[in-house]
Amino acid sequence: MISINKLSFARGDNKIFNNISLTIQPHKITAIMGPSGTGKTTLLKLISGQLKPDSGSIMINEQNVHQLSRKNLYALRQKMGMLFQSGALLTDMSVYDNIAFPIREHTALPESMIRTLVLMKLNAVGLRGAKDLMPSELSGGMARRVAMARALALDPEMIMYDEPFTGQDPISLGVLVKLIATLNQTLQLTSIIVSHDVQETAAIADYIYLLSAGKIAGQGTPEELYSSDSAWVQQFMQGKPDGPVPFHYPAQDYQNDLLAH
Amino acid sequence: MKFFHSIGQISLQSLAKLGRSTLFLSAIINSLGYPLLRPKLLIRQIYSVGVLSFWLVAISGLFVGMVLGLQGVYTLSTFGAESSLGIMVAASLVRELGPVVSALLFAGRAGSALTAEIGLMKTTEQLSGMEMMAIDPLKYIIAPRFLAGFISLPLLAALFSAIGIWGGYIAGVELLNVDVGAYWSQMQSAIDFYDDIVNGIIKSIIFAWIITWIALFEGYDATPTSAGISRATTKTVVNSAFAILLFDFLLTALMFGTS
Amino acid sequence: MMQYKALEISVGLFVSAAMAALFFLAMQVSNFNALQNTNSYTLTAHFDNVSGLKTKSLVSMAGVPIGRVTEISFDPENYDALVKMRIDARYNTIPSDTSASILTAGLLGEKYIGLTPGGLDEFLQEGDAIELTQSALVLEKLISQFLFQSASKD
Repeated sequence: MISINKLSFARGDNKIFNNISLTIQPHKITAIMGPSGTGKTTLLKLISGQLKPDSGSIMINEQNVHQLSRKNLYALRQKMGMLFQSGALLTDMSVYDNIAFPIREHTALPESMIRTLVLMKLNAVGLRGAKDLMPSELSGGMARRVAMARALALDPEMIMYDEPFTGQDPISLGVLVKLIATLNQTLQLTSIIVSHDVQETAAIADYIYLLSAGKIAGQGTPEELYSSDSAWVQQFMQGKPDGPVPFHYPAQDYQNDLLAH
Repeated sequence: MKFFHSIGQISLQSLAKLGRSTLFLSAIINSLGYPLLRPKLLIRQIYSVGVLSFWLVAISGLFVGMVLGLQGVYTLSTFGAESSLGIMVAASLVRELGPVVSALLFAGRAGSALTAEIGLMKTTEQLSGMEMMAIDPLKYIIAPRFLAGFISLPLLAALFSAIGIWGGYIAGVELLNVDVGAYWSQMQSAIDFYDDIVNGIIKSIIFAWIITWIALFEGYDATPTSAGISRATTKTVVNSAFAILLFDFLLTALMFGTS
Repeated sequence: MMQYKALEISVGLFVSAAMAALFFLAMQVSNFNALQNTNSYTLTAHFDNVSGLKTKSLVSMAGVPIGRVTEISFDPENYDALVKMRIDARYNTIPSDTSASILTAGLLGEKYIGLTPGGLDEFLQEGDAIELTQSALVLEKLISQFLFQSASKD
């Protein structure tokens, strides 16, 4: 159970989060969506303790993330998995070694056991046959799946996905969507998806928060949002080109602009 | 007005950078125990930082030594003092050229490679990824590289000096007929182990510390874009060069000025 | 990525080569093995003038190096220079009436102490002083002596 209370965070003059509060229910898929640049990745970094908020708190299982000692923070992180946008695989190791890496570092399990674990994780994402490839030999979708397997290596309680659907071809998209939903169900994970791909995310999310200009512009189940009264929410969910967010960048009158010299 | 504003801004930025880099260094020192427990990591890094610089240092050392030999004979023969060639070549190399030139070459080859590697890891979020897996990148990535540089450069400097002295021998004795006995015996009587060789090694240890620190910090602090990495590698080479020459002056004054 | 074994071997080679270089520098290039502090004994001598003599200058007998100058200091009681030197313990049969002179190696070379043996049967021990000494030749004095001499001849 993760709760974010009155969080504010600014980078320079830019107020990325302005006093927002939200809760992530355990064992459910919660999506955080919004236009590009609203700081969705920043939010994930705040939750994992990589960034410190200016005010407000983030509580994970009754613990304030930013008041933990380094040791306790690292212990907490072992229960979190994170999937970066680029996969962030270690480029000088094979797929097998990438997934074995956190297991080798944090446990003293024998190699035979590690092999079993790695193969199991790879099988869960459907890439058991690719275990000896290097990250440079993987396609984007495959790299993300490997990263997913790695995020699951230590059997975390929660997993965060940073823009998992961006730039994927339809088949990879289908695979990823299915994987996220299935894994959440079978492993009883708490999943947080940060994305601006409405269709895919809405298909599997249990609850959605819409962020815009540092505030929560809307929240609810996918059905609630699709039938929302807010024009902005409707424009975002349906992908309409014009609405509260105008098509035209503010400019003077068209006729005057053309005729002026 | 704008001029003063920018001076102030630059000074504050430089101070902030100095502060960050000092914190970085103290964090590295705290993590130094880790690579000692993981020899595999350390050995990999010594390979990439030291062994791969070997040929560069060896061949440069050979040519520098040979040039010293040639120039030495030309100059010393005007005083009829060719027999002192050994002393001249050995003293120049062991006290100055060995530590300094090998440090400059190291900064250019290994230093820039380290910066680029760390910068790239930062850009592709590998460092963040590691943090998320609760593995401290300072311990796993940075500390082994620091220790490797610290070990490799003094070894490279010793190789440079030794090969250079042989180069001087080849140029002076074989090519220009300086007396072979005079070359070695005069050298032996004049070069003191503690004053010359140990001081030279101390110099290269200090250089190793500085260069590896700069190289790793610039990579760690780089802006995570391709332009940022290229700026960072340039800064590594330039700042290392300044630091080496500055510290060489200070150390030489300290070590050799008072004797 | 290279095989780890090959990598380890090359690192081993690199470190051995560097160690060999250091060894070479210590042995062949410097005077590391010339005199170690064990197995040597100290002698002292007073000189009127030690100009040009430095610590670590050679002490030799019959042209063979047998020791080094370890300390040069001003003696406020005799207003002369006190020189301490360490002699290799193998050469412990130096007569007690040996004389020490400060000589120059070559025309413009470095100063060193040359010992000329006396004839007594007593030998110098640790801490003994050499009584007979000859100071360094100061070039200016020589020249003025020469000029003076040639002037007084006319």
